[in-house]
Amino acid sequence: MQDLNEKALQAKDKKAALGPDVDLSSFTAEPVSHAYLENLTALPMADQSRMIEAGIDASGSGRSGTYIQKDTAVLHAHSSQEGLDVIPIKKALRDHSWVKDYYWKLASVDTDKYTAQAQLNLHDGYVIRARPGSRATYPVQACLYLEKENLSQYVHNLIIVEEGAELHVITGCATASHLKRGLHVGISEFFVGRNAKLSFTMIHHWAEEMMVRPRSVGIVEEGGLFLNNYISMKPVRSLQMYPTTHLVGKGAVSRFYSLLVGAPGSELDVGGRIFLKEEETRAEVIARAISNGGTIVSRGDLIGEKPGIKAHLECKGLLLKGGVIHAIPELQGMVEGVEMSHEAAVGKIAQEEIFYLMSRGLTEAEATSTIVRGFLNVDIPGLPPQLKEEIDRAVEMSEKELM
Amino acid sequence: MLRIEDLQVKIDEREVLKHIDLEIQPGETHILFGPNGSGKTTLLMTIMGYPQCRITAGKIFFKGRDITDMPINERARLGIGMSFQRPPTIHGLKTRQMVKICGDGQQVDVEALAGEMNFTDFLDRDINAGFSGGEIKRSELLQLMAQDADLLLFDEPESGVDLENISLIGHAISSLLQRDFRVDPDKTQIQKKKERTKMGLIITHTGFILDYVTADRGQVLFDGVMSCKSNPQEIFACIKKVGYEECIRCKI
Repeated sequence: MQDLNEKALQAKDKKAALGPDVDLSSFTAEPVSHAYLENLTALPMADQSRMIEAGIDASGSGRSGTYIQKDTAVLHAHSSQEGLDVIPIKKALRDHSWVKDYYWKLASVDTDKYTAQAQLNLHDGYVIRARPGSRATYPVQACLYLEKENLSQYVHNLIIVEEGAELHVITGCATASHLKRGLHVGISEFFVGRNAKLSFTMIHHWAEEMMVRPRSVGIVEEGGLFLNNYISMKPVRSLQMYPTTHLVGKGAVSRFYSLLVGAPGSELDVGGRIFLKEEETRAEVIARAISNGGTIVSRGDLIGEKPGIKAHLECKGLLLKGGVIHAIPELQGMVEGVEMSHEAAVGKIAQEEIFYLMSRGLTEAEATSTIVRGFLNVDIPGLPPQLKEEIDRAVEMSEKELM
Repeated sequence: MLRIEDLQVKIDEREVLKHIDLEIQPGETHILFGPNGSGKTTLLMTIMGYPQCRITAGKIFFKGRDITDMPINERARLGIGMSFQRPPTIHGLKTRQMVKICGDGQQVDVEALAGEMNFTDFLDRDINAGFSGGEIKRSELLQLMAQDADLLLFDEPESGVDLENISLIGHAISSLLQRDFRVDPDKTQIQKKKERTKMGLIITHTGFILDYVTADRGQVLFDGVMSCKSNPQEIFACIKKVGYEECIRCKI
């Protein structure tokens, strides 16, 4: 810990490689206390409905476990499944020595000032661990909720799926409806063991003046699968993230899917980077970006280090009402025998498609929204139906605002 | 009834259709012949209401209403449907959803209709994505079956279709146009013919479709002008013998 703090202090003013710099001193990191709730239905209805929009069900039905954090305080954490731990990270660091084998083992504390502050000002976060061979019937839900105006929320999450286990997680990050300005920094480290399977679906539901700087790194061992889905369709002032995954075991697979909407005044810089470090590994990064007047940078970077790997990158952008979409797909083949491809396209809706749908009886507006819905309708193999429904719901809800 | 009066259409600055008159009575099907580039597809697109087909003179009436300036979707709702030759792919929109859209919220039995067109396996695929020529036609006809239009426009329904599927497509078109002569225990064929309401306008280049679909009239569109009106079999026989080159002489 001493070591980590020292490294963090050294990096506390280090600007990030990408995205506009955030003045951290303009936010307050003072902890805010909220009482722990045994029963989440005691949450105010206003909070519950905001959480539902981010895929979090306070009743906990259809979920194997729940973690809810409001501002800097843990409201609730429990697991209802054998072989599954859902523990607040501060408690875990105190009570369980094994946590240290994972904490800051993939992400570096001195990456930039955001990682540094997440160490120096750690508010909390979750540890979700699926024991070897365990199989959660339902997804685990985690919510990071912001209510206090102008707060900077620093969280650190660990997700550990051990050999042969299968885990599905939905994380909703949302703000209270009155909140305008805040900062969210979330460190996430994902460990997918041999022949394990993890799907991680994150729905962001921010506010117009929110600054968001997630930092996440994953590792997938032999035969493991890591699905990483990200949805951000609400306004946000500035969001920058470039999650990275290392495929280190033979046959490991990772697929990233993101659905992004850039509202006017929003600036999103989102990417996915996957290192294919072992033979027969597979990677896919798929992004759909719609600008409604905002700016979106859609990045992707695939690095093939062994022969026999396969990797594909797809960035598709739709300019609906002005704005800018900048697709930056990158492929790096380091040896012979890699199979890597990318596809990037930015454009507006084709008139021909609108007319085709109109010839089947839809109005121009209905045709446009049908095309947009199709654009965002990406097949995600391996995703449980409940999570597919949550994604569809998030898309549907934002559709009205989009049109 | 569809009535077109002295229609003139430009695409960009080029005059494509010149003084077209056409009338299709309820229950009638017309065949439209003509060489490539003669304006056949433009005529269909103009009836459907595509704005790039700019009407510079003339009128189009359908079911007694002047639809000359009506938007595409309102024409569709009024009962005009079209089978396109090269429809666009819409990514993420499943064929199943498209068929439902055509059904306009009414209870359409998508599975049953798709079964008839031997198209069930395609329902969960994105509409037109990677479809072969014949698959596009089957998809278009499936959509028209759900739409249940009164005036059906077919743009070369046999083009790119393999022999195996041509009869499937031919029979589907006959059925859409109430010309399948299926035995009905309650109605004689004469009664069925009298009650026939569906109107059809079929573009054909090869004439193969005539082996499967009966029609009342044929017309030749040559260089934007309706140059011939006759029995479709006769026109087809003539074209087979002398080709479209002869049309120029009739036109003069």
